[in-house]
Amino acid sequence: MQVLRTEVMPIRSSQDLVVVRQAVRTWSAELKFSLVEQTKMVTAASELARNTLDYGKGGQVTLQVLQDGLRKGLRLSFEDQGPGIPDIELALRDGYTTGGGMGLGLGGAKRLVNEFDIVSKVGEGTRVTVTRWK
Amino acid sequence: MERIPILRMGKVLLVTIQVDMHDQLAVTLQDDLTARIVETGARGVLIDISSLEVVDSFIGRILGNIATMARVLDAQTVVVGMQPAVAITLVELGMSLPGVRTALNVEKGMALLQASIKADEAEPEVLDASLED
Repeated sequence: MQVLRTEVMPIRSSQDLVVVRQAVRTWSAELKFSLVEQTKMVTAASELARNTLDYGKGGQVTLQVLQDGLRKGLRLSFEDQGPGIPDIELALRDGYTTGGGMGLGLGGAKRLVNEFDIVSKVGEGTRVTVTRWK
Repeated sequence: MERIPILRMGKVLLVTIQVDMHDQLAVTLQDDLTARIVETGARGVLIDISSLEVVDSFIGRILGNIATMARVLDAQTVVVGMQPAVAITLVELGMSLPGVRTALNVEKGMALLQASIKADEAEPEVLDASLED
């Protein structure tokens, strides 16, 4: 698998969420994702970026265009150095929230992408990686 | 400070969201709308989201909050113009916008609001009449 393009963007404020959404939209469109695929990817990015901001106390996202044989994909990796998630299975469950949201962020984002990976260490931080293939 | 304009049309407040909303802007809209309902005595709120390309769980929650707060203040809310891709994504995300009434476009939303405002205003008279019997 080849990485064709990489960009790192900060997630420090609610304004940064808008910038990240716009970048994911542009990259998805360049990969010729359908409008529904674009919207799913942008929405997943919005949920995960907000988690990075609200629970991780800020961090960054790495956008990557991947080439795997004939197919291309967009991978987003959200990283923070926040408190980490003690129970990932519980955090992925719909309706579970420690914040003020509806508890759809992680589980919902997982449903909107093709691949979903989460690594978290309590006291060290969290990394959520999602990929959507064309 | 950046704000989403709220227009008044008779008994209805009309909001057209034309920008990619950041979270603070959505919260400000929620606060502004509730204040305007009280100020104007509006009976209906029409929110046009046809320009919104993304509705995530946060924006969804704000739309739900607005509908609930408006209801408490004796006003009804209709959200109109959701793009098909947004609807598909919202459902997959796991949100069904409970408590939020929707219509296809502004025209249908306005008709729905006007009919239910009319029905709402007719109701007390019917109740009074039945009490006298």
